[in-house]
Amino acid sequence: MHEAQLVLEDGTTFSGRSVGAHGTSTGEICFTTTMAGYQEAVTDPSYHAQVLVFSYPLIGNYGVADERVESDRVWTRGVIMRRSRPAWSGWLSERDVVALDEVDTRALVRHVRSQGAMRCALGAGSTDDLLAAARAEPHLDYERGVGESLLAPPLAIDAATRDSYVVGEGKAVALMDFGCKRSIIQNLVDRELRVTVVPPTWTADQILETKPQAILIGNGPGDPAQLGDSVDTIRGLVGQCPVFGICLGHQLLGLALDMKTYKLPFGHRGANHPVRVRKSSRVLVTVQNHGFAVDPGDRAEVSHVSLNDDTVEGLEGEDFFSLQFHPEAAPGPHDALPFFDRIAETCQGA
Amino acid sequence: MPRRLDLESVLIIGSGPIRIGQACEFDYSGSQACRVLRAEGLRVALVNSNPATIMTDPEWADATYIEPLDAESVAQVIARERPDALLPTLGGQTALNLAMELAADGVLAEHGVELIGADVDAIRRAEDRLVFRDVMRDAGLGVPHSVIVTSLDELPADTPCPAVVRPAFTLGGKGGGLAETWDGLVEQIRQGLDASPINQVLVEQSVRGWQEFELEVMSDAAGNCVVVCSIENLDPMGVHTGDSWTVAPQQTLPDAAYQRLRDAAFAAARAVGVATGGANVQFAYEPDTEELVVIEMNPRVSRSSALASKATGFPIAKLAALLAIGYTLDELPNDITGKSSAAFEPALDYVAVKGPRFDFEKFPLASGKLGTEMQAVGEALGLGRTFPEAFLKALEGLEKNLDFPEIPGLHPYFEAEFEAIREAEDTLRASRDVASAKRFGLPDSRVAAVLGVSEADVRAERSTPGRLAVDSCAAEFEARTPYFYLSYEDGDPTEPAADGTVIILGSGPNRIGQGIEFDYCCVHAVQAFQRLGHDAVMVNSNPETVSTDYDTSDRLYLEPVTVERVLDVCAIEQPLGVVVTLGGQTPLRIAEALAAAGVPLLGDPLPAIEAAEDRGKFGELLDRLGIAAPRWGVADTRDEALAVAAEVGYPVLVRPHYVLGGRGMRVVYGPEELEIREPSLVDQFLEEAIELDVDLLCDRENAWVAGILEHVEPAGVHSGDSACVVPGPSVTPEVESQVRELASALAPGLGARGLVNLQLALKDRELLVIEANPRASRTVPFIAKATGVSLVHHACRLMLGASLEELQLPERVHPTRVWAKEAVFPDDRFPGAADRSAEMKSTGEVMGGGDTASAAYARAVRAAGRGRARGSVGPSLQQLAESPRERSTVVEPAHA
Repeated sequence: MHEAQLVLEDGTTFSGRSVGAHGTSTGEICFTTTMAGYQEAVTDPSYHAQVLVFSYPLIGNYGVADERVESDRVWTRGVIMRRSRPAWSGWLSERDVVALDEVDTRALVRHVRSQGAMRCALGAGSTDDLLAAARAEPHLDYERGVGESLLAPPLAIDAATRDSYVVGEGKAVALMDFGCKRSIIQNLVDRELRVTVVPPTWTADQILETKPQAILIGNGPGDPAQLGDSVDTIRGLVGQCPVFGICLGHQLLGLALDMKTYKLPFGHRGANHPVRVRKSSRVLVTVQNHGFAVDPGDRAEVSHVSLNDDTVEGLEGEDFFSLQFHPEAAPGPHDALPFFDRIAETCQGA
Repeated sequence: MPRRLDLESVLIIGSGPIRIGQACEFDYSGSQACRVLRAEGLRVALVNSNPATIMTDPEWADATYIEPLDAESVAQVIARERPDALLPTLGGQTALNLAMELAADGVLAEHGVELIGADVDAIRRAEDRLVFRDVMRDAGLGVPHSVIVTSLDELPADTPCPAVVRPAFTLGGKGGGLAETWDGLVEQIRQGLDASPINQVLVEQSVRGWQEFELEVMSDAAGNCVVVCSIENLDPMGVHTGDSWTVAPQQTLPDAAYQRLRDAAFAAARAVGVATGGANVQFAYEPDTEELVVIEMNPRVSRSSALASKATGFPIAKLAALLAIGYTLDELPNDITGKSSAAFEPALDYVAVKGPRFDFEKFPLASGKLGTEMQAVGEALGLGRTFPEAFLKALEGLEKNLDFPEIPGLHPYFEAEFEAIREAEDTLRASRDVASAKRFGLPDSRVAAVLGVSEADVRAERSTPGRLAVDSCAAEFEARTPYFYLSYEDGDPTEPAADGTVIILGSGPNRIGQGIEFDYCCVHAVQAFQRLGHDAVMVNSNPETVSTDYDTSDRLYLEPVTVERVLDVCAIEQPLGVVVTLGGQTPLRIAEALAAAGVPLLGDPLPAIEAAEDRGKFGELLDRLGIAAPRWGVADTRDEALAVAAEVGYPVLVRPHYVLGGRGMRVVYGPEELEIREPSLVDQFLEEAIELDVDLLCDRENAWVAGILEHVEPAGVHSGDSACVVPGPSVTPEVESQVRELASALAPGLGARGLVNLQLALKDRELLVIEANPRASRTVPFIAKATGVSLVHHACRLMLGASLEELQLPERVHPTRVWAKEAVFPDDRFPGAADRSAEMKSTGEVMGGGDTASAAYARAVRAAGRGRARGSVGPSLQQLAESPRERSTVVEPAHA
């Protein structure tokens, strides 16, 4: 194990110890406050191009297992921890993931919380080299990327399937894949649905041709504002068929409904985010992993609100329903699982 | 929904004396509830028999009844107060059982009192093991195979063995245990039936060796549920959770398994019908088969709730009280951040480890074997950024000089962490790299031991740790509440040290001889210094206490009270002074080392302590002042001891030199019994003398006597175990002026500033000094309650340099009525524990009042909940003991 460091684009450095793959890596720094579920987290495609800090200091305690992955690869560009356990570090190394432990992660989280999301580089290089690498990293948000002519390609396209495929048996549901977590698909299959997973390049007509009883727009990485074609596709679907959305899917639906999206200062990532369901006044403890949010303007379809910062957590209309958070959990609380029952009921009722 | 406006008054029942299984966690929870309900504009009435609690201070409730916690006296309180509601979920099992009894007797219905927080049906579903088992099964939750037995005849022949016997409605698993054999099972059932007030036990398939987890659940009237904290027991199933090493959050469950527990905890809470507030659900989990069973559930705030509250910063008791009057979680703020909502689950970025403290050496007949019946007397919490750091802090906090605890069946993760600690020590030995060892979490004492140097050497070589906040959100939001721990990394930004900060050192884990009384003193000191315009900073490791509540002090450091941590806190706080005289022996033990390191001790207590503890100097002082004392001598060998004894005359009191709390103290009646194993003190033993406990204030020039307690037992019984009465029948005006005269000479003679406790013997109309302690004594809260004088507040002003004259105290105070104190012993667990002797064995105390000494004493005996403990009774109080029939029926608030 070697000395290594994390360098943020503002020049701040954090020392650590390399416990993953050798070499260096770059990405956008973000942190999650989830205390368990490290393997699920790093395999979540929504973390594509991001360097993930675990604020919980002990990671890897219960080892690794094949069934705990949310996709077939690790998406985080780097992992930052306070104390990692050997089996977990080994698993990351085998997957060529640059990872540091012995980092003062609380200080790092505080920095990100106050200074906002930013680009970073990590590994065994010199501070100057890492800083240059961090500053050469493309931006994930569209506006800034366009402004500085340094924009990452649409990450969701990268994370999504190229070809459509079908899983499960039962009523038909179409899943627009932007880098969908495995648990979302599993939750649909468990409710006796036949899921046609389609790539983001499919048109509305193509999707409708699969005769879905409902359409779910899945989660994925990156700035929804970069996915104009998909927004058009969704606009063509709303009204034709009940549309559901999760996370990026919720943001894309918002854009299709002519709302706006914006980048949050440092995002919401954790398994303890309280959300009020407006209709029932009930509170759900939700799993969140997003850097962008929907600005509904004066639209009335906001169904869920964050109790932490009043941001929009759900949209509901006559034929659409979407959540900014992750009802499939994995990792995290199951409070919002009934969302999938709702999809199943919609399919059964249709 | 906003709070219920139909509730205008509420009665809160405390948990009575400190016992094993029910300690000061309920003072913490009850005080929080009193405060928050009063702030909501409700009239709060409180009944509790424990004088050492903060909650029984005048300012916490509108009417405080210091009365026995039995159905009869609580019924009288209800008849007098006519509260709209009774909140029974914050006073432990005692309050819950009382509420059930009052409901069954029809008292609640008669006076139209509503049970809030938990209703009778929910309590029964949770507490009656048969009902509970069925409710869990109906909710689709796993439970161990079991059979309910109310007499031995009912025991089915095919009962699984090994099996656990769990009596219904008992504290801390009293009377329960694991049986390996059929004969053992029969015996265990017999004991359990005796212990259960409803003569019912559950005989349950043993899940010994499975992993044990607890979830702390909060629910509200709208049906919202959150898990405040998960707790994992390092000791597998089979050891009572109160006796287990535990860690929060849970460390070894993958998320999917943990979410199963979370779902099951909510299902259990809903099935039982927990109306609102905190509940604790215990699980056993077999990781290989993934079998999950619910073991039990408490529909109330519990020991684990206090731990969860301190481990996360989430104020469980306060919220439980607010939820009980109708608020919902989302309507209440998260006090720690001040911004986010209370309807959330704390995210930790540190680890909290709790270690149990046992005092088996006090009870020679205890087996020392851990089982399903709780035996720990206290606990220490360690917070750290890694498991090793938190674990080692808890170990230090226990003040037992322990090496690693032996924990059979440890999960491989914890085994690996223990191994990592050993490796870190090996690495340190080879590399002498102190910085890495500190970063890893090795305390200075361990580093010093490994390197063979002094702790001061280690300190000189190391950096100072950073201060990190317990913020309930893993730094995601800015924290408002100043609750901290220390670790060797880049800490949170600190504000410049405040001028005039006073640091108060707490008393660490409860133990026999040092319990809630000292926490009472510390909390009062915090309040006093705050009122005097100082920042009051608390250092303590005991998660049960009020002193470690997040909003008691200006800043709280949840750290072991050791030289290392206190110096580190001082480096950050730059205090005006550190108070070492209010937390019992824990801070006193380190006072000299702190002073040597340049820490200003408030009131400069060391010279007075030395003058009182050094027998030679003390003897000279008494001679100089013309004060009588029992004759004494020091002996290094048996021969010397025999010589001293011959000179002072038998019987003699023999004790090892420099041992406190009466450890190893015994009365020897003749040379044939006299054996010593180490340098010892040999004192003349005064037979049939009356012992007096005097608490007083001193400003170095003058003394002011606050109270003179007369012991019920003759001199020779440890003062902590004696019952006592104030004013005492033997304390005639003549004796009283003698005592005052003596105190006015002795306390200034010691050079004491602040509180002083004197133990005197009255024999043949002569006063003899047994001991003088220039520090807070165990009886300070009792005297303060009996007289209504805020003794600690005055002591704090004296420590800051005020004179007695400036305090403007009345010339003398009189108790508000005759008050008696009786000790409570753990003889339900440890055979012989109620045999009063020179060695203290009691865990707690109760207070009772009356018009006469006799009536007050009888009321205290009744509050202790049983007949008198064994041991002789002092000459003048014989009549009290012989008429223990308690007749007083007038219940009036001690203060209102």
